Amino acid sequence: MITNRRSEFKLDWLILPLLGAVFVLLLWQIASTMWSKDLPGPLRTWNASKPYLVKPFEKRGELDQGILRFAWYSLLLVAKGYAIALLIGTPIGFMLGLSKFFAKSFDPIVQILRPVSPLAWLPLGLVLFQKSQPAAVFTIAICAMWPTVLNTAVGVRSIPQDYLNVARVLKLSRSKTLFKVLIPATLPYMFTGFRLSLGIAWLVIVAAEMLTGSPGVGGFLWQEYNALIYEHIILCILTIGVIGFILDRLMSLVERRFKS
Amino acid sequence: MSDYLILSKITKVYPAPEGPAIIVQDFNLSIKKGEFVCLIGHSGCGKSTVLSMIAGLNEITRGGIILAGRELVGPGPDRGIVFQAPCLLPWMTVLENVMLGVNQVFYTAARQERRQIAEYYLSVVGLADALHKKPVELSQGMRQRVGIARAFALSPKLLLLDEPFGMLDSLTRFELQQVLLDLWRKDQKTALMVTHHVDEALFLADRIVMMTNGPAAEVGDILEVRFLRPRNRKEVMEHPDYYRLREQLIAFLESQTRREAVSTPVSAEDPDAQNKPEPQPWSLKAAGSAASLAVRGR
Repeated sequence: MITNRRSEFKLDWLILPLLGAVFVLLLWQIASTMWSKDLPGPLRTWNASKPYLVKPFEKRGELDQGILRFAWYSLLLVAKGYAIALLIGTPIGFMLGLSKFFAKSFDPIVQILRPVSPLAWLPLGLVLFQKSQPAAVFTIAICAMWPTVLNTAVGVRSIPQDYLNVARVLKLSRSKTLFKVLIPATLPYMFTGFRLSLGIAWLVIVAAEMLTGSPGVGGFLWQEYNALIYEHIILCILTIGVIGFILDRLMSLVERRFKS
Repeated sequence: MSDYLILSKITKVYPAPEGPAIIVQDFNLSIKKGEFVCLIGHSGCGKSTVLSMIAGLNEITRGGIILAGRELVGPGPDRGIVFQAPCLLPWMTVLENVMLGVNQVFYTAARQERRQIAEYYLSVVGLADALHKKPVELSQGMRQRVGIARAFALSPKLLLLDEPFGMLDSLTRFELQQVLLDLWRKDQKTALMVTHHVDEALFLADRIVMMTNGPAAEVGDILEVRFLRPRNRKEVMEHPDYYRLREQLIAFLESQTRREAVSTPVSAEDPDAQNKPEPQPWSLKAAGSAASLAVRGR
């Protein structure tokens, strides 16, 4: 009780996270001064990042652009790959959930392809498409697809028999059963899958950009590593984290709407 | 009047590792058009299995079902079903839930007409103000009203009710029994209802079919209930025959419990004899005396 009362005060939602951030900044400072001289401290990072943050959309050159401009390139690529992942993954999930025959035939393959790293898919994408951008889209799509596939399948399998009975008694046609009963009943599961898929898509883009060197946050990160500007590596890491967090929050807002 | 629904030697067998499990065996029953029949028996005796076989949701192992002169194959909207749980689709409003079936059955009618049908039945069950609400916003009793409206709105040949009031408190139960009875009279439907409530069966039914305990459940006895219609709960309960009929039902159910306790094998009585309206002397007496006091008809 006492600890409860002490940890709950006015503005705790603001002050406690700030305290946590200050603590991590201190550790960072200590690490950079005492342990590794190559690691830029918080202040140096801030000063070096300032032009990228203050004018986030500026384009000074092909390799020197505002951080949000880079992020925008990455997001565009993610959007393409993610869209393909959902368009392919959702029907596969439905098939796996609806048909025992289909599930028995393809579930082993799904289970084998699912844990494959994006780094392994990317070279295959380059072989298939010859260009870096389509290869990145391919890698995102194939890696981000699995949570959607599996969650949709689980959602379809857990539709209450009652709902299916309603469809059977009314003799709804196949398409009507799909759109009036199956899809609405599966939506909450589908959106959980969509949210997880988006998280993976965002993870994959950074790896894909680093390997292909295409412009974007990941590409910028790798380029600045080669240019020995380590401050910008940290800037990129934080940007990737913040955008990933925002994407996840947005998706869980949508998800909650369907769960109520 | 000729028989409208005929169940002929309906048998349900489930395969099981320790040999096939016979749930229902040689179940015979005939129901006339416009009749209200209650199926009563202990929980798990197979009465819901019989109902779901008529609904087409459960395959029949042996035997056949004829409705209005045609053998039934599979489920269909010619049988309106009220489940124990209302089974409403939670993402649709009350009206949309009813419209889903109405659109299916009256696909030739104009949109406006179909909507009127759905709205009519929803208003009859007292939900005129809740058309655009989602099921989660309704009480359990109101949800079951939607279930009743949905079944009637299909204009089915046969109503199948599977303990529709089982999850309700007794006041709501009484209210909904009245709603059901009013609609049944107005639309002149044929109804078969599963219940384990003796008073509910006596209030609603023209005939009460008592099922023996499973495994291999069958028709144990049939009780004629000839209280005057339209029925009023108070009059029915004060009727001189009420408690004797009630006693008979309870005596039957208790004898089934005892039989189960000593676990004697199921007696294989002649199913055809059971199916006649007055199979047992005491049943005949009960039916006769009730009839002498009340003019049957609607």
